[in-house]
Amino acid sequence: MKVEGKRRIWKDYQKEIAEDQYFYVRSCVRQNFFPASEKTFLRIMREELNKDVYENAAHTTCSGIGYHSDIVPFETTMTMVARQFALMTESGYHNFTTSCITSFGLYTEILETWNHFPEVEARVREHLRKATGREFTKPENLSHASDVIFKFRKEIADKGKYRLINQFTGRPLRGVEHIGCHYSKMFPSKGVGGAEYPYVLVGMIEGWGGEVIDYPERRHCCGFGFRQYLIQANRGYSMSCSKKKFDSMAPYKPDFILTNCPGCPMFLDRWQYTLSEMEGITYGENGQGIPVLTYEELAGMILGYNPWDLGLQVHQVPVEPLLDKMGIPYDAEQKFLNKEGMSMGKPKSPSFLKFY
Amino acid sequence: MGELYNKLAIDVRFIEGLKACLNCGTCTAICPAAEFYNYQPRQIVDVLQTHDDAAIENLLKSDTIWYCGECMSCVTRCPRGNAPGLLITVLRAASQDLGYFTESEKGRQQLALKRTVGKWILQYGYCLYPSEILPEMHPEQGPIWEWEHEHIEGVMDRLGANYNKSGPGILRKIPQEDLDEIGRIFDETGGTERFNTIEEYSKQKAAEMGLNLDDSPNSDYMKHIYTTNNKHHGKKL
Repeated sequence: MKVEGKRRIWKDYQKEIAEDQYFYVRSCVRQNFFPASEKTFLRIMREELNKDVYENAAHTTCSGIGYHSDIVPFETTMTMVARQFALMTESGYHNFTTSCITSFGLYTEILETWNHFPEVEARVREHLRKATGREFTKPENLSHASDVIFKFRKEIADKGKYRLINQFTGRPLRGVEHIGCHYSKMFPSKGVGGAEYPYVLVGMIEGWGGEVIDYPERRHCCGFGFRQYLIQANRGYSMSCSKKKFDSMAPYKPDFILTNCPGCPMFLDRWQYTLSEMEGITYGENGQGIPVLTYEELAGMILGYNPWDLGLQVHQVPVEPLLDKMGIPYDAEQKFLNKEGMSMGKPKSPSFLKFY
Repeated sequence: MGELYNKLAIDVRFIEGLKACLNCGTCTAICPAAEFYNYQPRQIVDVLQTHDDAAIENLLKSDTIWYCGECMSCVTRCPRGNAPGLLITVLRAASQDLGYFTESEKGRQQLALKRTVGKWILQYGYCLYPSEILPEMHPEQGPIWEWEHEHIEGVMDRLGANYNKSGPGILRKIPQEDLDEIGRIFDETGGTERFNTIEEYSKQKAAEMGLNLDDSPNSDYMKHIYTTNNKHHGKKL
């Protein structure tokens, strides 16, 4: 498809994203595996953009992974979500922003369900009242945190110290973008750019100087599949999905993979390691992998934040090759030190995937 | 129209997910599970449209309904606005409520999910919790996770988390009064009942299979359901 055609489609899928005063809820997966990305989101919003982003310490999981593993009933998850809305209401906010794509999909699905079935909303309100004594108003604006970074991509570029330009060649760096399935596959109108050609990450890559690679399996799932990863016996499904994507993107020699879902960067990072151990395959240059980034990590790199403050040291596929191409300095000796600058030892090196 | 079909058909997700299917197979063409498993979402919808209770009961007792990854790719592409992935959530709920889930290898795995993700939601307020993600259970997480797990407090501190401490922030300790609210939500909305049902039928099945099942993650039945793969689930080429 020609780019002009895609731009026409993107114009049909523009969503409203609040300008300020966000009630922020966290992601279970990201807090475990990419905690610094959430830290970076708040740093950019508060320190670079002077926005009001509030976190209520009483918020919890939305139970989404439990719901999509089918152990938690829909009625329970809807009430858990209603409690998050109640905390937003009690805190005086109207714009709800979530770090998690599974949550974003569920919040969207639940609000749509309540629109279609008002009696279900009434029942959930009663559940919440009985269980917690809380009441809620629905958000005026619902966004995923990647929507918010997308909205302010130009401001980030303006403040940026680096661009997605290969300092050795002067050419734009080339990335593949991977959108979490639950961002817009269920409700295309709720995602920037829709479901077939989402623009949320493309806009960031292009806005920060890079080029986006189109490849055949661009929209294929990373393979999380909830129970398909969480149970060891099923993990072949999960890895096979990622392998299909790697095999499809590798001929285009991407400099990086950019993601907006909590699970996807973890799987696309870890399955590169697993495939290297199982079959000796590496997908980058010279035995390296393809670096996998969250959108906050990439935004932080553009802004010139210390790579180890961004959490790039907890990637199994090293990000240093991309830092080198962008001309971002880093101190390799600091990579695995604790906050006080003391050693915590170092991870072992994989058998094939170049790590040190 | 059968009694079992009627039970499924009152679920709002069923009403939203099944309008009128023309069996075109577009859902199967886009489905990641259909590439990996002997699975076709088209067939699931086809069975449901028969309203045949015996066929639906067979489905609820089979591995088939557990192959879907709930990525919902099918929803985008269905030309009739159906949502096979959403119908799967309804079928899985019914399979557990009726105790049919223990009749299949993949269905029996629900106990492992309940005793991990389910337990962590109530205990910590998170679906996942780093101290519980053991490297020996997750070799695919690689040496980086082994290192993180070994130095979890130092790593989380370096990355700006508020790990297991009070106040807001990443992996903060969620106050007991908030965990109590979650517990009451589960009691009020059927979550606790679902968990108890999973436990009850799993204990019956463990006894039937002659496998020990106690509260330990290392009991024979738990190890069996977490690791067993009879290798007959794959796509027939």
